Amino acid sequence: MYDKGKIIGGLAVFLCLATFPVWYIAASGKADYRSDPVLPASDNTCVESTQYMKEYHMQLLQQWRDSAVRNGVSTYVASDNTTYDISLTGTCLKCHSNKSEFCDRCHNYTGVAPNCWNCHNIPPQPNMSLRGTP
Amino acid sequence: MNLERRTFLKLATLSLLALAAKPAFDLLARPEIARALGLSPENRKRLAMVVDLKACTADTGCTDCIAACHKVHNVPDIGSRKEEIKWIREASYDQAFPEQENKFVKEAIRDRNVLLLCNHCDNPPCVRVCPTQATWRREDGIVMMDYHRCIGCRYCMAACPYGSRSFNWRDPRPYIKDIDLSYPERTRGVVEKCNFCDERLAEGKPPACVEACKSGALTFGEMMPGTDVYGLVSTNYTVRRKPELGTQPQVYYLV
Repeated sequence: MYDKGKIIGGLAVFLCLATFPVWYIAASGKADYRSDPVLPASDNTCVESTQYMKEYHMQLLQQWRDSAVRNGVSTYVASDNTTYDISLTGTCLKCHSNKSEFCDRCHNYTGVAPNCWNCHNIPPQPNMSLRGTP
Repeated sequence: MNLERRTFLKLATLSLLALAAKPAFDLLARPEIARALGLSPENRKRLAMVVDLKACTADTGCTDCIAACHKVHNVPDIGSRKEEIKWIREASYDQAFPEQENKFVKEAIRDRNVLLLCNHCDNPPCVRVCPTQATWRREDGIVMMDYHRCIGCRYCMAACPYGSRSFNWRDPRPYIKDIDLSYPERTRGVVEKCNFCDERLAEGKPPACVEACKSGALTFGEMMPGTDVYGLVSTNYTVRRKPELGTQPQVYYLV
């Protein structure tokens, strides 16, 4: 082909630029970043296992919401047969009471902004509003 | 005419059913039969409230019920008449009962303030029009709100003939004076109203307004024979707001 050198060279430069995010992150070590939420100090177990909560906590909360608000059923029987009171503030936030050290660590990294705290209050923290904002 | 046996039998059956329809309907309309079959509304659990206007001390400036309700449920105090949010409020007798056209009203109630709240109708127009079913009538009579599902279209506010519902025009949190952390508040863009304290009823407590009233003007309970509300309604003359609309409100006023 005509101008073989220029074409191959240009393609190589373009591929480098196009895949820049992938190889730069891999090379600079930022791919190893894992968000580290601070677990609560008490040694109570959570409603379900950690792995289940990591994957399904939003679905569980929505199931709780429909159950408590629309169906009037305010108790939840977990997979290990413990009964919990369905309440975001009363059950979940009683242990996970520090939003910026627990919830925000993963949410900020993944760019998720759930609007639960527009209405539901978190327990008061110093230097933080009841919405979990500084 | 040439009529087949099968055609004749079909015509005969249909005629018999048509002739039997009215007697069957009249039979079911007899109250004792309806009650025995469980079709009568008296068998349904229905929560109701009776407001005794003679005992209410709202005219002396008492707002205990309003203050209790608005504190327990984190109702904001916006301050402007246009945007105010109220779950329970006072109004004059004329405003509360506009269909009563008597020019000469009993003096004892003519100048009194009347306590108004969501009537938790049996046939609620707000439930009928909600496009997302964010409000629905629960089995025990309470008209519930699901703030998660409300889209803020305010159709329910247009449909409610009593003005019981309020819209959050702005973020309520800065306007809540004394926040109660155990109960959530609402966000901007949803409609809210009295919920007969269903979270307190679930714990076996009476509604906040009923508990706060020192003059015993508010009575709450199931409208079934044997309860206080049933006793008050069956031994006194009660009025309800705008009964001609057919909404069957469940807040009764002793005048």
